[in-house]
Amino acid sequence: MAEEIIIKEADEQEISINMGPQHPSTHGVLRLVLSLKGEIVNKVEPHCGYIHRGIEKMTESMTYQQIIHLTDRLDYLSAHINNGAVCLAVEKALEVEVSERVKVIRTIMDELNRIASHQLWWCSFGMDLGGLTCFFYGLRDREKILDIFEETTGSRLIQSYYCPGGLMADLHPNFQTKVKEFIKYFRKILPEYDELLSGNIIMMERAIGMGLLTKEQAISYGVTGPSGRGSGFSCDVRKHHPYHAYDKVKFNEVLRTEGDTYARYMVRMDEMRESMNIIEQLIDNIPEGDYVAKMKPVIKLPEGEYYQRVEAARGEFGVYIISKGEKNPYRMKLRSPNFSNLSSLDLMARGNKIADLVAIGGSLDYVIPDIDR
Amino acid sequence: MTNQELKDNLQRIEPTATIEEGKQYLNVTVSPEKWHNLATQLKENKELAFDYLFNLTGVDYGDNLGVVYHLESTTHHHVVVVKVATNRENPEIPTICDIWRTAEFHEREAFDFFGIKFTNHPDLRRIFLDEDWKGFPLRKDYDPSVNPTY
Repeated sequence: MAEEIIIKEADEQEISINMGPQHPSTHGVLRLVLSLKGEIVNKVEPHCGYIHRGIEKMTESMTYQQIIHLTDRLDYLSAHINNGAVCLAVEKALEVEVSERVKVIRTIMDELNRIASHQLWWCSFGMDLGGLTCFFYGLRDREKILDIFEETTGSRLIQSYYCPGGLMADLHPNFQTKVKEFIKYFRKILPEYDELLSGNIIMMERAIGMGLLTKEQAISYGVTGPSGRGSGFSCDVRKHHPYHAYDKVKFNEVLRTEGDTYARYMVRMDEMRESMNIIEQLIDNIPEGDYVAKMKPVIKLPEGEYYQRVEAARGEFGVYIISKGEKNPYRMKLRSPNFSNLSSLDLMARGNKIADLVAIGGSLDYVIPDIDR
Repeated sequence: MTNQELKDNLQRIEPTATIEEGKQYLNVTVSPEKWHNLATQLKENKELAFDYLFNLTGVDYGDNLGVVYHLESTTHHHVVVVKVATNRENPEIPTICDIWRTAEFHEREAFDFFGIKFTNHPDLRRIFLDEDWKGFPLRKDYDPSVNPTY
């Protein structure tokens, strides 16, 4: 009798629990303060800043060539793509036209980066839900892309391969063969991912109908990338504001309308296929040309404001530069996709159980250094 | 809608706003008092339909502080940049997080780094730095020695 009363009280009382800053499912130092009624989440309050480095302040005393290396360290799984945003902004300001070769190589690199990022997301998402095999499969295949990166750029995770005017170095002679081998291999292996997780009944039970986000909410909260497209928000920057060589390739913007965890999951799975399509269209047709345009050693942007949007693996990444004609920016704002995506977590998690919050967070695929900057 | 049509439309809605064509986007400058009303119109007007706020930036212009809003319409795909400037001593700008929900976090960030107070914001606290942090680090006159380094 007494036990029953205690349980009843605990169910009615709202309690507050810290999830993080050290929690395996947050994949980094993010603290979520949860208001719980029993096991049901009533409110999620994210506390950011545990890995805040003040990158926006640091850029104000750095040259544009140096800033490239900082952008790697935002979303470290979209390093190439982030580098590209700053390079494009600087090139636009200086009215430098990069060669076709550079544009094509950048597109291939961006898409390889996207596949590698989605592979890591897939393996950690599986692991969050208790499927440890996914982790080994995903990392095994991601390794192949990292090897390709290492050969050409000299580095595996944060490459800083792009520079204003082009690339740091030309492609490695093995690049084309290695990429083609990888695509052939991964086309064969991707259905295995589906067999292992996409159709898994435990995963589907925990994903379908969970963490609902409507299209209007996604737009209002600025949820972009695969998370936004899972709600039917057509937000692919590659389609709407093409950069690099995206206007020359054919690809579909993957859209789903369900807006639940499973839709966000499936968008990423299909995006890997689209990325492979893009690479296949380009890999045999890399034009000859210079890999870097001649630039002045000290880059000074003309006075004015410049904005560049790119599609990172997690959504829209933006660079906003206000220049006063100096060699460093007067103000540089980095619009990170994860920061906006995180703001919708509270809305999606309300009314779900804690275990589902883990799945919803996994489907948002946040990278904490990108949130904190 | 082309930039010229946008310009005419916006000028009709808010006659006090200064509108100039930038290299990339259309720039609209408006006073803090008029901003919330204009923001509502930008979102609700069917021809404008700016429903997606893709960036919000706090800026220290030296003499005053300001906030820059980048807006896009997901139906018409046109973009507009709105700038709102306020004074340094008592910087106050009305919140727009009731119109675009993403602004809630972004305004907290601008408050954290620039000390810009967004009136009527539901939860205006520092978002990245500690509660006891002194000063606003992205202001140009910020002195880093007032906070301890570890």
